[in-house]
Amino acid sequence: MRALALLLLAPLLLAQNRPPNQPVLVPDVSQRDIRIIYSFTGAELLLFGAILHPGGRIPDKPADIIVVLKGPTESIVVREKRKIAGIWMNAASARFRSAPGFYAVASSRPIGEIIDERTAAIYELGVGNLQLSAADAGSLAQTKRFENGLVDLRQRNGLYVEQPDAVEITDGALYRVHIAIPARVPVGDYTAETFLVQDGRVLAGAVREIAIRKSGFERFVAMAAERWSFLYGVVSIALALLLGWAAGSLFRRV
Amino acid sequence: MDLYLPIANLSVNALVIVALGGAAGILAGIFGVGGGFLTTPLLMLYGVSPTVAAASGVMQVTGASVSGVIAHFRRGGVDVRMGGVLVCGGVVGVMAGAVLFRLLQKLGQIDILIALLYVVMLGSIGSLMARDGIRALLAEKRGAPPPPRARRHHPLVAALPLRWRFYGSGLYISPLAPLILGAAVGVLTVLLGVGGGFIMVPAMLYILGVSTRVVVGTSLYQGLFVTAIATMTHALTTHAVDIVLAGLLLIGSVVGAQIGTRIAQKLKPDHLRLFLAILVLAITVRMALGLGWRPDEIYSIQGS
Repeated sequence: MRALALLLLAPLLLAQNRPPNQPVLVPDVSQRDIRIIYSFTGAELLLFGAILHPGGRIPDKPADIIVVLKGPTESIVVREKRKIAGIWMNAASARFRSAPGFYAVASSRPIGEIIDERTAAIYELGVGNLQLSAADAGSLAQTKRFENGLVDLRQRNGLYVEQPDAVEITDGALYRVHIAIPARVPVGDYTAETFLVQDGRVLAGAVREIAIRKSGFERFVAMAAERWSFLYGVVSIALALLLGWAAGSLFRRV
Repeated sequence: MDLYLPIANLSVNALVIVALGGAAGILAGIFGVGGGFLTTPLLMLYGVSPTVAAASGVMQVTGASVSGVIAHFRRGGVDVRMGGVLVCGGVVGVMAGAVLFRLLQKLGQIDILIALLYVVMLGSIGSLMARDGIRALLAEKRGAPPPPRARRHHPLVAALPLRWRFYGSGLYISPLAPLILGAAVGVLTVLLGVGGGFIMVPAMLYILGVSTRVVVGTSLYQGLFVTAIATMTHALTTHAVDIVLAGLLLIGSVVGAQIGTRIAQKLKPDHLRLFLAILVLAITVRMALGLGWRPDEIYSIQGS
């Protein structure tokens, strides 16, 4: 399904090769490279760009813009709690092979008013249209239930976001949108896709890549914990002993 | 003061974490427990994942125990022989706990087990301490001398074969008893991210019948070693020790511990015990209700 979507997208992404009577999108982002350091509390990303209409003529009927910012996908297990013997505990579970760790979609009008459901599903527009690749789920209804649970949970954590009416279009030629990235986003490679839609049809699309990485001390600590775990353990214990001993002897003198 | 935690992958207010460590430290100083039973659940409430909370919690307890162990050593309040046996049991317990942790994580039942363990452990210990505390208080009111509690070990302990002399503790019992106790607490250390002092101290008093003079020191002594080993186990297996998070907790708790020690000197031991019992029971009730109430979110996500 995802491959199919990409296949459908491909001609749009190569907008330059299209006939000259089609508009072209020139997108950009305020930051291609977001570095997580000690003071990171989230970031505000500005996604902006120009709509190049053929011949420079701006059509009478304004087009719409949809921007999708998507984080790296991962394989996850979603568990559902149920009351068993008076206690809420995990019972059923479902595995999804490609759940994005972050997904934000912003549009100039609510998505439902811009395109029909089928097109939205093809381009994965909206949190209800993510291709999560359910692996070992049972019935369709059950898969849907777990999907809704996953989306709801991530929406509460600010990791899945829908921002209708957030994209500003100036004079039918320039667009801009702010997307907030919370502090608990996963690190990795992100894509920012922009779609130009008119009369329910996607006229043009373009992609920019954004990397979110830990940097400096944070990067070093995360790497050390993974790669040199024994040394990391020794340093952790030594630090704990040192702090405890130092405070003890300091206070005895006071 | 926001600070990004490199392993927990989230931004926290550093002052809140230091204050949390401080509260745990004050308890540690007053009651001679590590305070892990307070920090780990509160970290989870703050949004830290249970694994990172437990792993960083044990590192914090290691540091928080150091000054206590040194102080008790100077006073001769550590039974090294008893402590050594407890540590040996603890090592076995930690290893078994790590395996159990992985297994339960795979089954998705780790959180519920942690909560259940807390409720059972804290509930039974809290009521035991409350009962004793109230009895002592009533006896004091009546003006009668507090009933002398016979310091005896549990009949089951006496039934174990092979006996050793533990001079510091004033005991002649089988080393198997402290070994089993140490192992049980070791499992809890890995699973719950606690030093186990709040279980170790009452268990040594009520089950083994160790002399009160060495109870706290010996418990801290075994906690220091076992949490250090548990920290290493977490570093090697779960990679979830957040050195920044634990460091912040430690700054708070080592200072809090000193304050707590001073408070403890001004209060009566019986009142202290009753306070701790009330605190422990309050946490128990809160956690028990949490198990039965419909949770705010019935779905949870885990990487695979």
